[in-house]
Amino acid sequence: MNSIARLVLRRLAIGIALLLIVSLLVFFAVELLPGDIAQVLLGQSATPEAISTLREQMHLDQPAWLRYVHWLGGFVIGDMGKSLANGQDIAKTIWQRLGNTIFLAAFAAFISVPIALGLGILTAIWRGSIFDRLANSFVLAAISTPEFFLAYILIGVLAVKFGLFPSISNINDGLPFLERLYRTVLPAITLTLVVTAHMMRMTRASIINILSTPYIEMAQLKGLRHSVIILRHALSNSWVPIINVVVLNLAYLITGVVIVEVAFVYPGLGLLLVDSVSKRDVPVVQSCCMIFAATYISLNLLADILSILANPRAQERG
Amino acid sequence: MTSQSRNKRYVPWRIRIAVSVIAVYVLVALFAPLLAPYGQTEIVGRQFMGWSSHYLLGTDNLGRDVASRLIWGARNSVGIALVTTLLTFFIGVVFGLLAAALGGWIDYILSRIVDVIMAIPSLIASLMMLTIFGTSVLTLVLVIAVLESTRVFRLARAVALGVVVQDYFIVAKMRKEPALYLIREEILPNVLPPLAVEFGLRFCFVFLFISALSFLGLGLQPPLADWGSMVRENAMMISFLIFTPLIPAAAIAVLTIAINSVMDWVLDRSRQSRL
Repeated sequence: MNSIARLVLRRLAIGIALLLIVSLLVFFAVELLPGDIAQVLLGQSATPEAISTLREQMHLDQPAWLRYVHWLGGFVIGDMGKSLANGQDIAKTIWQRLGNTIFLAAFAAFISVPIALGLGILTAIWRGSIFDRLANSFVLAAISTPEFFLAYILIGVLAVKFGLFPSISNINDGLPFLERLYRTVLPAITLTLVVTAHMMRMTRASIINILSTPYIEMAQLKGLRHSVIILRHALSNSWVPIINVVVLNLAYLITGVVIVEVAFVYPGLGLLLVDSVSKRDVPVVQSCCMIFAATYISLNLLADILSILANPRAQERG
Repeated sequence: MTSQSRNKRYVPWRIRIAVSVIAVYVLVALFAPLLAPYGQTEIVGRQFMGWSSHYLLGTDNLGRDVASRLIWGARNSVGIALVTTLLTFFIGVVFGLLAAALGGWIDYILSRIVDVIMAIPSLIASLMMLTIFGTSVLTLVLVIAVLESTRVFRLARAVALGVVVQDYFIVAKMRKEPALYLIREEILPNVLPPLAVEFGLRFCFVFLFISALSFLGLGLQPPLADWGSMVRENAMMISFLIFTPLIPAAAIAVLTIAINSVMDWVLDRSRQSRL
């Protein structure tokens, strides 16, 4: 087995171990509740019958490790139990919501990735120019601004003032694709603004990093044209950092999505999570957190593995 | 590079403005009771009244004075973010320096714990913790401080690792100085500058984070005046083209932009002076 395969396998093993630890944390965090879990969840005013029903539903008479094994086993095969708030099957709700969230995130990624990479490379090339400074001010403003501020400015201007787009993203499965796209435009733009700023900054930094290496200086001293240096010499070595930037920012989309979904009442996984947290609907919160955390860990893992595969130096060592 | 920017005492206008903005926020937070015309929970009139000389920015969804709540909000939102950041730094720096100074299995275990916490998105982790422990100010501060201290830990440890290989540190260690002495006298003075910049950036992050949680209805709880919750409570006004609910959001943005610009400038300057 060569060293690349070994490296990749190692990362995979670490990723799986992390997922297991996260599942332990998500499950046993609930055990930290002082006193009787059912009592605490239902509050002081709960009737004894309600409490005993809940105890039975959560299998609180069994030892915790047994419940964990059942819970994780169920989660893996897609059985997440029932919601405490409305008794509905969690898996069914989550699948539908997850689809909506992926639709929104994919839409935002589709716009932001090309823009951010383009702007990031251009600002690195024209470093110190007015264009670079303007772009940097935009980045600073965008990452310092709460997502909900951007969301409501867009709602106020584009939805209410000019009536171009609906302010509330009323999405359901029966909608034709274009209509769905149209209703998702505003949340997607909000997410795009935030993610583009982060991604652009990281792209610029990694290109500048490469431009300061000795071999680029050598190319400059040889008298090569600027565009040739960038396209032929710098860019071919930039793929590793750029892939990393893109994947890491997709992971960033995950947390951005929660706030944007609440601002636009977009029926995604983030809105479900926030609703369930305020209702203290523990099984739903646990499932949502597991999915978010798993996506985040997998994306980071993907970034790691891709950069191992794309790094020519790692391949030579093999 | 112009001769102006070489001058050590030269401070660009952009930065002077940013510093004054930060100063205004601090003053408003300190003197909120004197500046605010009404109390933060006081109901002074009808709901959603327009701007007038009595109620400068009108009233909110319960008939409370928006201008007064904005001023009280400076104290609550900025104050709690500041306390949280201080706690974040305390935890992160103490453990980070301990890990670097002692090394060995303590370093190994602390670093692995941090790896695990950082593998979970912090918004998701804090939502999970807030479900379990409820949404009081104390749990909010503790949960965010613990989650964020991981980043401070990594920085403090990394910077301190540069110190522990220096001769003077090795000598002090051979003198069998206690760990606390090593940290306080040998490491801390040498790692303060990078940590100071990190403090500003971390504060912005914590501030935005708490505001986001408040906006989600899971941060500071009503009736406390807080900028994030104020946006949430009055967001519906935007459908009538009344932009008052955006003022607290703008207040958040302006403060973080000001701090970030100052920190960017400080970082830039320290980089230049090293060249």
